[in-house]
Amino acid sequence: MTGPQPLLSVDELEVVYKGRGGKSFQALKGVSLDIRAGETVGLVGESGSGKTTIGRAILGLAKASSGRITFDGRDITHLPHRERRDLAKDIQVVFQDPYTSLNPSMTVADILAEPLLIQGRTKRDAYGRVRELLDRVQLPSDASERLPREFSGGQRQRVAIARAIALEPRLIICDEPVSALDLTTQARVLDQLIEIQEDSGVAYLFVSHDLGVVRHISHRVTVLYRGEIVEQGEVDQVTARPEHPYTQRLFMSAPVADVTQQRIRREQRRQLATEGKNTR
Amino acid sequence: MSQTTSLVAAARAKREGAVGRFVRDPLGVVAALVVVFVIIASAIAPLLPLPDPGLTVLRDAMQPPSADHLLGTDSSGRDVLSRLLWGGQVNLLGAALAVAIALMVGLPTGLIAGYFGGRFDAVANWFNNLNMAMPGIVILLAVRAVAGPSVWVSMAVFGVLLAPSVFRIVRASVQAVRNELYVDAARVSGLGNGRIIGRHVLTVVRAPVIIQTARLGSIAIAIQAGLEFLGIADSSLPSWGSMLNEGFRRIFVDPMLVVWPSVAIGLTTMGLILLGNAMRDALEDGGSGSTTKTGRTAPAADGSAPRSPLLSVRELEVSYGTGEEQKTVVQRVDLDIEPGEVLGLVGESGSGKSQTAFSVLGLLPEGGWVSRGSVLFEGTELTGMTRRQRGRLRGTDIAYIPQEPLSNLDPAYRIGHQLTEPLRATQGMSRSEARELALSLLARVGIPDPEATFRAYPHEISGGMAQRVLIAGAVAGKPKLLIADEPTTALDVTVQAEVLDLLRDLQQENEMAVLLVTHNFGVVADICDRVTVMQAGRIVESGSVEQMLEAPQDDYTRTLLDSMLDSGGPVRAYAGEETDEGEQT
Repeated sequence: MTGPQPLLSVDELEVVYKGRGGKSFQALKGVSLDIRAGETVGLVGESGSGKTTIGRAILGLAKASSGRITFDGRDITHLPHRERRDLAKDIQVVFQDPYTSLNPSMTVADILAEPLLIQGRTKRDAYGRVRELLDRVQLPSDASERLPREFSGGQRQRVAIARAIALEPRLIICDEPVSALDLTTQARVLDQLIEIQEDSGVAYLFVSHDLGVVRHISHRVTVLYRGEIVEQGEVDQVTARPEHPYTQRLFMSAPVADVTQQRIRREQRRQLATEGKNTR
Repeated sequence: MSQTTSLVAAARAKREGAVGRFVRDPLGVVAALVVVFVIIASAIAPLLPLPDPGLTVLRDAMQPPSADHLLGTDSSGRDVLSRLLWGGQVNLLGAALAVAIALMVGLPTGLIAGYFGGRFDAVANWFNNLNMAMPGIVILLAVRAVAGPSVWVSMAVFGVLLAPSVFRIVRASVQAVRNELYVDAARVSGLGNGRIIGRHVLTVVRAPVIIQTARLGSIAIAIQAGLEFLGIADSSLPSWGSMLNEGFRRIFVDPMLVVWPSVAIGLTTMGLILLGNAMRDALEDGGSGSTTKTGRTAPAADGSAPRSPLLSVRELEVSYGTGEEQKTVVQRVDLDIEPGEVLGLVGESGSGKSQTAFSVLGLLPEGGWVSRGSVLFEGTELTGMTRRQRGRLRGTDIAYIPQEPLSNLDPAYRIGHQLTEPLRATQGMSRSEARELALSLLARVGIPDPEATFRAYPHEISGGMAQRVLIAGAVAGKPKLLIADEPTTALDVTVQAEVLDLLRDLQQENEMAVLLVTHNFGVVADICDRVTVMQAGRIVESGSVEQMLEAPQDDYTRTLLDSMLDSGGPVRAYAGEETDEGEQT
């Protein structure tokens, strides 16, 4: 494992969803990106852009119809089930909705111990680690015997993060992990993710529709539009001085909490829109 | 913090509730006791000092109750009580056999069909449909003709006939959880399909299956008794159905011979059905009923301050439940909206911002009520109005746009119908007038092909389009006040900008006042004139947009503003791979 080889690389990935009645939908049209160890790559796009599909393909939850996904030098595009299970140690996930990503009938301790038990840890070992994990995400240790519904959205998302880091993975796919949360909670959860990254060197693929959130946590950003990458680069450049018209539109559309600035932004956006119409 | 802990305490109480709720349901407890009594009585029949149920003593035929025969004897001199209890064994075991077979067939096939879908699902579904289409009694008669008069064979076959009802319920609940994120998370953790089904799917199936089992048990008992009554089953075994048959023939000699087995069958089947219902109530719908009570609105105490001519809210309190369970979620809120003004109501979840908006609309969720205060709209008090009066007001002067546009359109009707129906109802328009207005409104809200959208069903349009349709519907009656509850939260940011543009234009065109509920200060800066910030049911600060965004006075407002992440913030530098300790391995 030497040299500049990235931790994960996605190469010309295509995913086609088969719909009812033979209709199919191409969610990804040849997407390439890579993530280095300890790095956060932000993936920005609107609904239907395919950003979630990339994450699901890396996790093995969506099937790639062509292209290659390489993790740590190893092709993981189509892994048989047993090998995919071994990969769980290295690649984990935090989903968007903390209300449906935790089994409502399992206690927090059972939820956190589950991945450890599957990887062959003893019961005692696994449940011993639960307290450590809760501590890591700043939840009280008496949380372990409670059910997910006894927690707020932000606390549930912490449980989901604790589950993701239980196996000390090297890559976590974060699929809109803060978009269902309140503003203040969102900032706290993001800072927690950053702290975990700085301590453990885990890499994130951070999927979001929010340029502001992506700017806060990412090192590099990739912008997706209708299954294709339209812009890719350093975070400051992409989120503050975007070059592609679509990214510019995205940037201009996000309202800012300042009346004068927002008015300027609105006018710029409208101008951009009329220009776009004229050139078309 | 205190709010969180009290919520946790409330949730804890709820968890203990499943058993607690069952115990508090008197009908359920009585039903459970009856069923348990019948089972125990039948089970201990061999231990009781009773005569053999088949012992025929013709000399003792048709005797009334006595010390030797507590319930008397039948026409062959057999002890009725003994036959009732031994018969109970046969009937309960028969029912148990049928239910067990129904579960053995229906549960695994339902699980597999629901979880994997595909070809197995199609084939299994076909078989179950065929099974349900076949006349059960005819099959049971045919089985009897082929296999002889055996209760066990009949009930086993009946179990197969019952299997579809288990299959369907299991398949449906598995399908509902199959795509849940927590199942995906388990897959990512490396769980195989078998363990996912065992750990995550079976728990969801458990409750409906338990309930269904009780119902199937009662059906099986009734059917078995029916078969025995018809004489199809083995007459050498004592059973409730054969006792009924025998009693029916002697009904004019001793009607009690019919009564005892009827009581046994009736009690057991009713007990099982009520038990099933009580379990459903306890397991499935948590704690409804007690909170739906509402009380009287206390008037606002202080009426001296000047009030807006359009909408003026004073000392508004919104509560859920009454008496000791009363929980107040909005506390003494004062709001004024001038004609043509846009007021932003900002707060986090649980701040009471939506509850405040809903109480102005008169659309609080079930159990919610205005426990204090006054809501004055154009000088008219809304809190004392009847439901019908509120409804009339909503159709014309007060309009509403929801957060989830697609779930606020009925999937069964075309868009056009949903737009024209209220116009015809509230404004008495003819069909063609309403159609014309709806089409012009659709064009006005920026829908590219109004005719096509008019004919479309909700699932055929995007979320942004659906919100435009709802806005078209909302402004159709030229309302003076528009209440928008997070109208752009569910939309993409580029669509949000367009919808906000549209709202601003319409607001200015119609000089309409807007109460905009949101959590986003960017949206506030874009469209609002004034802002009110709420936290935990109270207003913390109000003021003009400029003042609130530039110089907020309250700490909480400042915290909220500081939590906003926008394009000006600092960025992180990538430290490189040498910090990664895992790299050496």
